[in-house]
Amino acid sequence: MTGRLLSYVTLTLVLAFLLGPFLIIVAAALSAGETLAFPPQGLSLKWVFKVFEIESFRNSFALSMFLAVFGTLAALILGVPVAYAASRYKLPFGETLRTIVSAPIIVPGIIVGLALLRYLVIPLDVGIGLALFIAHTALILPYAVRVVSASLENLRSDIEEAAVILGSSRAGAFFRVVLPNIRNGILAAFILGFVTSFNQVPVSLFLSGPGVRTLPIDMIWYMEITYDPSVAALAALLAFLSIAIVFLAERFLGFSRYV
Amino acid sequence: MSDLTYLSLKDVTLAYGKSVAVDRLNLDITRGELIALLGPSGCGKTTTMRAITGLMRPAAGRITLDGADITYLPANKRQVGLVFQSYALFPHLNVFENVAFGLRLKKLGGKALETKVDGGLDLVGLSHLADRKPAELSGGQQQRVALARSLVMDPKVLLLDEPLSNLDARLRLEMRTELQRVQRESGVTMVFVTHDQSEALALADRIVVMKDGYIEQLGTPEDVYDRPSTRFVADFVGFENIFPMENGKLKTADGEVPLSPGTPVDGTVKGLAWRPSKVALGTGPFSGIVKGSSFAGHAREYLLDSALGPIKAEQPVPHDAYDIGDRIAFDLAPDHAARLTRME
Ligand SMILES: Nc1ncnc2c1ncn2[C@@H]1O[C@H](COP(=O)(O)OP(=O)(O)O)[C@@H](O)[C@H]1O
Ligand SMILES: [Mg+2]
Repeated sequence: MTGRLLSYVTLTLVLAFLLGPFLIIVAAALSAGETLAFPPQGLSLKWVFKVFEIESFRNSFALSMFLAVFGTLAALILGVPVAYAASRYKLPFGETLRTIVSAPIIVPGIIVGLALLRYLVIPLDVGIGLALFIAHTALILPYAVRVVSASLENLRSDIEEAAVILGSSRAGAFFRVVLPNIRNGILAAFILGFVTSFNQVPVSLFLSGPGVRTLPIDMIWYMEITYDPSVAALAALLAFLSIAIVFLAERFLGFSRYV
Repeated sequence: MSDLTYLSLKDVTLAYGKSVAVDRLNLDITRGELIALLGPSGCGKTTTMRAITGLMRPAAGRITLDGADITYLPANKRQVGLVFQSYALFPHLNVFENVAFGLRLKKLGGKALETKVDGGLDLVGLSHLADRKPAELSGGQQQRVALARSLVMDPKVLLLDEPLSNLDARLRLEMRTELQRVQRESGVTMVFVTHDQSEALALADRIVVMKDGYIEQLGTPEDVYDRPSTRFVADFVGFENIFPMENGKLKTADGEVPLSPGTPVDGTVKGLAWRPSKVALGTGPFSGIVKGSSFAGHAREYLLDSALGPIKAEQPVPHDAYDIGDRIAFDLAPDHAARLTRME
């Protein structure tokens, strides 16, 4: 009996910790007051509309979108061949390769960001935008490799040989029978990469310059200057966007199989 | 190589890195023949198939097909079909598209493509399942799709890697007849791999018995079943009493034993082997004590302890049974023995 009670209490606490902040943010976003506060002072949608009028949010949203889409694409262009090679050939340095590829998730983001700033941006005079692109690509790469590898694992390699015997070239076999069968894995990797990039804070924190900031960093900046509920409104909008993406992905891809 | 040779492997050696899987294999196959590669797991059957398809390059030797040297011809240009042991169907394509895959690469389309694919599906009796995905088919049906996919390409040679081993017993018999029918109707030269001697005996025109990467014996099913030429083949097809020969005598645990009179045995014979059913019980120069006796339906099997060593014998069933402990005379007639030229 006490065991049961205990598990209910634990479950409730876990849910409260997971959902609590989200509910508080949503409530704060709907405030009619002038400052970020909980409980909200009255209810209104005015801060939600305000979000769309703030120019720096619009710019940083565009940058974050660009990084999430193109960083993920770049990571997939690099990651799919790596995953394919690792699954089909006994690579002499296979294990080393896997370690190198996963390094960006193991090394704390703050260190990656600092390293890129100190050894790429400053000495080589690489633009912040390019540095951000490189950083995001590198951060997404491990996820891309891992998710695509998982779906390659379920695909027998003899179908490629079957395609070759039926007249296809080796490369043709990859495009005709491998790619279509790992399509869902690639889409899942894209979504995971997109969300990872979009929510990335520690690396992007170091890689920001005048007018060049990703959305999360811009939100921190904004809050340091203006303490109104528009940040909460934006956070709530982003949360709903993420939920919608993951919901659709689960619905159409069975996303949870891949991550 | 005779004039009739269609597919020929000449001194073909196949290796994975430094380890040799198939050692100087020689094999000549006539057009329209149905050949079985028979041998235990790991003897190099799949490897040999892969070399014929071009998925693997020989380390040495030549392969010719239909008068052309194909040793270094890439797999996608060979016109050799392969039905994989695992079927290797394309999971994202339905049955129709699986069968159409190779034809589309040949730039066949429209009505011609449809006719050809329908013909292939018809031949294996799967026309009604053209829209299914491979995952929605039973093992036997997947097998038929794989067969149709290869057949519609009109291959010069069709290879089948253990085509029946993944099927349950009943389906296996059904597919056996099916394969025979398809081969008769299409007239295609076929090589199939099996580790089941009864399959090879029932289906093949000729059997290639393999062991450890070389050919032990090559012959008709009758040759292999009645006249095994090596210890390994004899053992494989059920000759359970095998003795080496020395100085024209049987070499046993108790020294050399002269043969009972019969056909003289020449010097190239290194051993003799008898099936249990060919051991004559009741008369003869040898004797043994019954150590075991078991009923096997059509016959009763005995295990005898004799001066020659343990002997397995068999008597047709309407027969007075011997009891355990009885001493009975028996004969090993050279007339009924398989002559083995290799004993290792
Ligand atoms: N990919 C491979 N790499 C290394 N050795 C292999 C490989 N495939 C097969 N072999 C070896 O080659 C030999 C023949 O294998 P295989 O042709 O698959 O035998 P079978 O089909 O008769 O069971 C075996 O000793 C096997 O271990
Ligand atoms: Mg095999």
